[in-house]
Amino acid sequence: MNASSRHPAGSTEIDHRPPGDGERASRPSVPGLRTLSILTVAAMGIALCLVFFYAPIELEEGLLQKIFYLHVPLAIVSLCGFVLGGIMAIAHLRTRDRSWDLRSYVTIHMSLIFGVGVLLTGSIWARGSWGHWWVWSEPTLVSYLIVFLLYATYQPLRFAIEDPERQARYASVFAIVAGAFVPLNFLAVRLSTSYLHPRVLGSASNLPGSMRFTFLVSLVAIALLFATLCSYELTAKRTRMLLRSRSRILGYQ
Amino acid sequence: MSSVARDTPAGTDARTGDARSGSPGTLTVIGALLRKELLVELRTLESIPGMSLFAVSTLVVFHFALQRSTVDGDLAAGVLWVTLLFAAMLGLNRLFVADAEQGGFDGFLLAPVDRTAMLLAKALTLLAYLLVLEIVAVPAFALLLLGPPLGPTLPGLLAILALADVGLALIGTLIAALAVQTRARDLLGPLLALPLLVPIVIAGARASAPLLSAGHAGALSARWLAVLALYDLVFGLIAYAVFDFLLED
Repeated sequence: MNASSRHPAGSTEIDHRPPGDGERASRPSVPGLRTLSILTVAAMGIALCLVFFYAPIELEEGLLQKIFYLHVPLAIVSLCGFVLGGIMAIAHLRTRDRSWDLRSYVTIHMSLIFGVGVLLTGSIWARGSWGHWWVWSEPTLVSYLIVFLLYATYQPLRFAIEDPERQARYASVFAIVAGAFVPLNFLAVRLSTSYLHPRVLGSASNLPGSMRFTFLVSLVAIALLFATLCSYELTAKRTRMLLRSRSRILGYQ
Repeated sequence: MSSVARDTPAGTDARTGDARSGSPGTLTVIGALLRKELLVELRTLESIPGMSLFAVSTLVVFHFALQRSTVDGDLAAGVLWVTLLFAAMLGLNRLFVADAEQGGFDGFLLAPVDRTAMLLAKALTLLAYLLVLEIVAVPAFALLLLGPPLGPTLPGLLAILALADVGLALIGTLIAALAVQTRARDLLGPLLALPLLVPIVIAGARASAPLLSAGHAGALSARWLAVLALYDLVFGLIAYAVFDFLLED
């Protein structure tokens, strides 16, 4: 009982109908999740088709340049996710609503997973274009690594605190500090290195129209993928909390 | 209530605050907390000697690891910043341990005072530790490893160090307060702090490298000082905004 009041997130969005309503109805359905999933699959499919059949092959880098449509959207989405996690943490500290902490946790967790993808694809791209797996003179990649290293400590910090209320509060403080650190860090690293990389982020207007269109569609697809994965994880976590509190009420465990 | 407060050094603040009927001014509280911190440090000598010794040992390690008897320019700046940063980690790790273990937080929270005072007092404490550390480490560095003479560039270097110390103290205090309540606090403190301090290292090393080069070729770069000052300011504001949430129990 205490547990269910501690996890107000458990009962907000999951539509749990009473049992005995048939096989289908006993399955908790989350509004919007199916639509979101279908949209994501469609957008990913369209983006892939555009990348391979519509966007022109770049003259200097050839087929390798296609990784741009994966690497840059992943980076943008995960950085936005990190900042969004900080904003959700502010909402948590302001409202004391633990569901915001859960959202912040899921967003940062998913951004971290996307971050692994960013570093891998960035590394492959660097190897292909410059012949090295890692290039220190590329400020965006270096700043991304620093941000990634900082967020990699989010989970160790979180799970090293036992009291759940304090865990949520401290994790939120970390998320706010780290979220503010993201743009500052990019600024500092950008100042410190010479420009070498084709400035894709700053010069989207230099891209030919077909490439820009493909890039934007990829960005939307990756953002949708992020949103879908986040809502799946949120749903799973809420369901598990609900299950745990129900089984505690029923006296299992 | 008073039994908790009386055992702790911070408890003195709590009692004087009550006696004056009304909360004392923030400056008074900061002064009292700072005095208590420095008194505890003077009596136990836990942090400052450890940090200074660590810095000197690190310089010796650098001598053997780099296999050089003198360094200058970029390399000198790198050695100096790595030494100072890692020595600062030791101070950061110890900063809140006594408060967490011996009830200093409880005593402070019982007092009717502004909680930001804790942040400022601890940041000033860490700043004092860092200043003493640098009084030892910078001459030791000049003596043991630095090729070109330190004298002519000292004012510029001091300006860089002062600005970097403020940032180190603010971020260090915030991270120390975050890490002290965790199980693996000695591990998490440096892990959390190092990425956050990378911009300070970038600016500090970039600004001090020309000062430490052989012909004193470069002048002090105002750009990097501005970056350091901006970083200090932003993290000062962030720490001010979030620190209260670390003290609620």
